[in-house]
Amino acid sequence: MNISDAAFYFFITALPIAAVVGFLVRAKVQNAFNDTHWRSLPVHYAFYVGLFIVLPGAITFFFASALHLLTLYTADGFYVLVIAVLLSVLGSIYSLKNVRPTLCARESVERIIRYFLVVAALISILTTIGIVLAIVFEAIHFFKIVSLWEFLTGTHWAPDDATEGNTTGMFGSIPIFAGTFMITIIAMCVAVPVGILSAVYMSEYASERVRNIAKPALEILAGIPTVVYGFFAAITVSPLVVEFAEVVGLHADYTNALTPGLVMGIMIIPFISSLSDDVIRAVPRSLRDASLALGTTNSETIIKIVLPTALPGIIAACLLGVSRALGETMIVVMAAGLRPNLTWNPLEGMTTVTVRIVDALTGDQAFNSPETLSAFGLGLVLLVITLMLNFISIYVTRRFRSQYE
Amino acid sequence: MNKIVSTKALKRRYRKEKIFKGAAVFALLLAASFLVFFFSNMIGKGMSAFSQAEILVDVHYNEASVKSYRKAVDKPYRKIVSRGWLRTLPLYMEDNPEVMRTTRQEWVLATADVDQYLKGYTNRLKDKHKQQIDKLQEEGRVKLAFNTGFFTRGDSKMAELAGIKSAVIGSILVLLVTLAIALPIGVMTAIYLEEFAPDNRITQLVEVNINNLAAIPSILFGLLGLAIFINFFGVPRSSALVGGLTLALMTLPVIIITTRAALRAVPSSIREAAYGLGASRWQAVFHHVLPLAFPGILTGTIIGLAQAMGETAPLLVIGMMAYIPDAPTSFTDAATVLPAQIFTWAGESIRAYEERTAAAILVLVTILLSMNAFAIWLRKRFETRW
Repeated sequence: MNISDAAFYFFITALPIAAVVGFLVRAKVQNAFNDTHWRSLPVHYAFYVGLFIVLPGAITFFFASALHLLTLYTADGFYVLVIAVLLSVLGSIYSLKNVRPTLCARESVERIIRYFLVVAALISILTTIGIVLAIVFEAIHFFKIVSLWEFLTGTHWAPDDATEGNTTGMFGSIPIFAGTFMITIIAMCVAVPVGILSAVYMSEYASERVRNIAKPALEILAGIPTVVYGFFAAITVSPLVVEFAEVVGLHADYTNALTPGLVMGIMIIPFISSLSDDVIRAVPRSLRDASLALGTTNSETIIKIVLPTALPGIIAACLLGVSRALGETMIVVMAAGLRPNLTWNPLEGMTTVTVRIVDALTGDQAFNSPETLSAFGLGLVLLVITLMLNFISIYVTRRFRSQYE
Repeated sequence: MNKIVSTKALKRRYRKEKIFKGAAVFALLLAASFLVFFFSNMIGKGMSAFSQAEILVDVHYNEASVKSYRKAVDKPYRKIVSRGWLRTLPLYMEDNPEVMRTTRQEWVLATADVDQYLKGYTNRLKDKHKQQIDKLQEEGRVKLAFNTGFFTRGDSKMAELAGIKSAVIGSILVLLVTLAIALPIGVMTAIYLEEFAPDNRITQLVEVNINNLAAIPSILFGLLGLAIFINFFGVPRSSALVGGLTLALMTLPVIIITTRAALRAVPSSIREAAYGLGASRWQAVFHHVLPLAFPGILTGTIIGLAQAMGETAPLLVIGMMAYIPDAPTSFTDAATVLPAQIFTWAGESIRAYEERTAAAILVLVTILLSMNAFAIWLRKRFETRW
């Protein structure tokens, strides 16, 4: 019997028992409730006993599985089950003896529940730490094989040619990051003007009716899954771009950087427009009125007064858009190229960090091959850039906010 | 003189005003026209997959066709009737012995090429078979029927048999795991941070953490799932369990942030009234604040789940793009999800898969939009102004 089976058997019997015993305790206290002064309500005594039945066993299983997962010691599930049942029986005897009018059952129960809440909050921290540790740990393995300097400054990426001993010159990440930034820049060229201008229109010009239609419509754009954008880019937009380039007299690859850039830009419009809309609407009415009273037109008020006031929030929104674009995966996996290519021409095929990560991890390579580990090296750089952008946007909003309030 | 100059300047300013407003309208129209273009494109591509070519032929149920399933139909039809369907016949005869030694005229599934030919798309059908189909069509023995198989079959290497059932079931299993983990932990974290936590450095750290978690690209969650859940904890690769765990971590910040907003929207007078009647902090929260915040929490949860359901990138990394013809029956079976199915079909070179991809997209987008619409409706319906 392994530990997870044992835990399953334990909970499937302990939970109903706890519920039944809890009901009995509640009924008993209820009967005696008017005779003496009880410190808590009957239901608290019920929870008190119930928790004392389930928790000792649950904690036993938690420790047993923690030991197992940390590969320190693997106990036989049967013995763990015996210990858990024993502790739970002891807990129930102890708690049942304690059920008397002077017991502050509510305080005990609330304290235990509070611990649950703290544990839940800790899990959210652990996730972030877990992501950072998991990526850093594997990335260290990678940078033992390939030097960090070579990784950051090399211009040649050919992990397929790399073998166990020979990795020199195979893992230069510059062409990959060049592709990533190229596609991000194209995306931002679409998303920033369209996003900000639609936000301006919705908050400054549109009537309530237009706004009520336009805002949900933009939110639909945000709700479309990225894999759908990817299919759309690869099947519909890419041939259009190639045809258009031919009309103009240029040659474009089917995996050109322009296609994913354009589609990604459209995907990011709603992020920028809804965040900008919020900050523009937060600009105090009095500033607009003062400006309009001086005889300016609407557009002059917007350009000279409203937008500068809302600028920190708009910049934060754009930075958020940039970090979305850098980390976006499906569109580039489906519509951008696989071959690293260092070029200024957006009509040529290029690859990005996320494409290389997916490509390295969906191949049939062993987990500790240099190519697989390179995914974690790239992931680390992506993580660092994203977190930096996030901190900058938090800093910008904190630093420049409430200037006019 | 002065007056004329100022009118000119005024005109220029008005013109600028018009240009600016025009640009703003244009930007919004651009986004809207993209939306229209996108949906008409997907519907145009995908609608045809909801019908499927069928042919009326004589099917011979006998020992010869148990031995060699191709003999179940007469020779001229063997190239235009789906081989995948024929292959299921011996098993069907085994289960239904009463059909043995009979010949029945039935509507049977045609090959993907016949299907594409009837819909007027490019196909690899030979001229001989094209003429045969034209003739059959005149006799009324070929039709485009509603494609029930698309919803009742799993993935297949034969385009005419490929359906979304196993992917949909995989998606449901993954979402169940996500919900079971992200909802309790998210709501408990939010309650702690909003109602109980002291305002100290640790609390601030948790808050910064949650905001960071929301900004991390989804693919990095896939790396986490691969390194920790699969390699460290040994959860089976490409199972619904590991997919659900990974997506739960992604959904967590969404649920925490919306739950906190919902809790904060409950005015403190409610809490104070509860305290005034002698309630403890926990009683005030559990009996009064939480029920009032419940619609907001539900809205956030649905939006978070819709996001998780459309997510593909982290699932590719943990191997959930496998070829899964049969629906998974447990959380540890290899499974695939609807977006991953769309991704695999999009990579197929056969034309018949393209319309199926678009049709699967229509199904996915419909589900996601109705989830979001339901969330918005909930928020509007139960919105309380204090």
